[in-house]
Amino acid sequence: MTRYLGLYFTRIGFSVATALIGVFFALPLVWFIFAPFNPRAELGLSIPEPFSLANFETVFQNGFAMRGLWNSLVQSVGGVILVGAGATLASYALSRSPIPGKSVITYILLLFSSVVSGSAAMVPIFLIINGIGLIDTQIAVILVFAGGLLPTAMFILRDFIDSIPKSYEESAMVAGASPVQAFFDVALPVIRPGIVVVVVWAFVSIWGSFLIPFILLRSSEKIPASVAIYSFYSEAGTPIVTLLAAYSLLYSLPVVILYLFASWKFGFRFFGGIKA
Amino acid sequence: MASIRFKGITKKFGEFVAVSDLDLEMHDGEFVCLLGPSGCGKTTTLRMIAGLETPTAGQLLIGDRDVTFLHPKDRKISMVFQDYALYPHMNLADNIAYPLKVRGEAEAKRHARAREVADVLKIGHLMERMPSQISGGQQQRTSLARALVYPSEVYLFDEPLSNLDAKLRLEARGFLNHLQRDMGMTAVYVTHDQAEAMALATRVAVMDAGKVVQYAPPMEVYRRPATTFVANFVGSPPMNLLPVEAMIADGALHLKADRVSVAPLPVSRAVAAALKGNGKLTLGVRPEHLSIARGGEANAITGQLFANENMGPEKLVTLERDDAARFTARIFTDDVIALDATVTLGFSSEHIHLFDQAGARLPMDGEPV
Repeated sequence: MTRYLGLYFTRIGFSVATALIGVFFALPLVWFIFAPFNPRAELGLSIPEPFSLANFETVFQNGFAMRGLWNSLVQSVGGVILVGAGATLASYALSRSPIPGKSVITYILLLFSSVVSGSAAMVPIFLIINGIGLIDTQIAVILVFAGGLLPTAMFILRDFIDSIPKSYEESAMVAGASPVQAFFDVALPVIRPGIVVVVVWAFVSIWGSFLIPFILLRSSEKIPASVAIYSFYSEAGTPIVTLLAAYSLLYSLPVVILYLFASWKFGFRFFGGIKA
Repeated sequence: MASIRFKGITKKFGEFVAVSDLDLEMHDGEFVCLLGPSGCGKTTTLRMIAGLETPTAGQLLIGDRDVTFLHPKDRKISMVFQDYALYPHMNLADNIAYPLKVRGEAEAKRHARAREVADVLKIGHLMERMPSQISGGQQQRTSLARALVYPSEVYLFDEPLSNLDAKLRLEARGFLNHLQRDMGMTAVYVTHDQAEAMALATRVAVMDAGKVVQYAPPMEVYRRPATTFVANFVGSPPMNLLPVEAMIADGALHLKADRVSVAPLPVSRAVAAALKGNGKLTLGVRPEHLSIARGGEANAITGQLFANENMGPEKLVTLERDDAARFTARIFTDDVIALDATVTLGFSSEHIHLFDQAGARLPMDGEPV
């Protein structure tokens, strides 16, 4: 009997502990949802009283911040197109062709990419971009992101393509398809879930990145939301919590929407193929 | 339809020689089975016909065309893959019609043709399904339909039945045999299952370590295996092989081994050439040619009873000798047979196969070599 009682209390203790940890992690999110609708929001959590959209009105009137969201979209979509197309073609080639030492190539690229997109390479990146005259252009941001993300994207996709039997394309070619036809008709649709994973990951990475656009862009009309968010800080460096909260919510929406869309449309399956 | 000719084909993967100096001719309308254990080069041979592998050396002809370096799409071939390779994102109609799609056929026309073939294979009612929504047997027939939907000179099969369960495999095998009779197609069929090869082939090429060991009609391979390897591979259970001491005396061949008695045999030219007096040979007897000895048999093997398996129409009786060598007999009887701990199996002299020490068959005089 006492043994069962002990078990009972252990259970209760465990549940209480996990609940506490859950609350600890949930609090910032709850604040994140409530604060934008509270015209008197502070860093502490409080229920909006009254519930208002005044914060959003002010934010929408801030042309600089709104333009930032648009720029974020341009840079993210541009980078995603480059990363998606480049990684698909490169990893397909790396997976299917008998290039000697191809896994070494991927690993070396992976190693360098973590350096390239890291802050250590900021000075050389700035100098290179400055040297080719692309400083203060959106193209520069897109290219640097593409270069930094491509190796990891290739690594993920190559693994995915390796797991897909070659017999798909082989059967297409025996049936009369050219290698290009076999790729677009058969291989690409089968690889698509993997591409979706890479695309979502690349979009989120670029969308949330601060350092690269901060360094490469100067004119205010090109700055993305991640940098523009600093316009909601006062001269003294203190955040204007009400506007910051509203803008943050707007800023996070595209990523949430993308996740929901990808998960609804593709289900984030990682491995395709037929079960026998 | 067309013939296929291999002229000195070699295929290496790095240092590994998968197929070595292969000369093989398959006639128009023949159903050739490439039979052998895994790693013997049979699949590589098939893939070279398909153009999915390029030979390291040699020349390959389909009909009169040199296809050695031709892209698969230009070879006028069809292939059924072991894993079926059905496109998971297309329904059955699109899967089967895909070869027609790449040939530029209009959608209505190619779907009508796909339906025609699917009806023959009894999957016509499944055309809207996706490959993941049908059974393994239906997937197999879908991949067969895709291979049959357009006219080809050569049909290739890469172990197409090995992913099916036993009952479906028999059914599919019978259907393939029927299809071959119906169409008279030139087909190359890779399998490691000797029963499949025996059932389907007009000629069997038994392969071992990248070489063709014997290339003959199935009954020939069964009756006169060219080597101990073939003898051991064809037949179920395989031929019993037993090393014996051989000696020629008084114009007759005397064979001796522990707990084995063999009546003197006539000395064939091959045996005389191989032996030059006395030496070692390998004696082979098929399980179906052994029977429980009733006394007075010319030839007999004695051993401890190891297993007595009921198979329905037949029984498999296995003996073990002191040196752990085992012999299996297929006894065709419905009766329950009681066996002592020590059993003697008899066989007649006409069912004896002899092989030299290298494993090559020593034909009887008058036997076609």
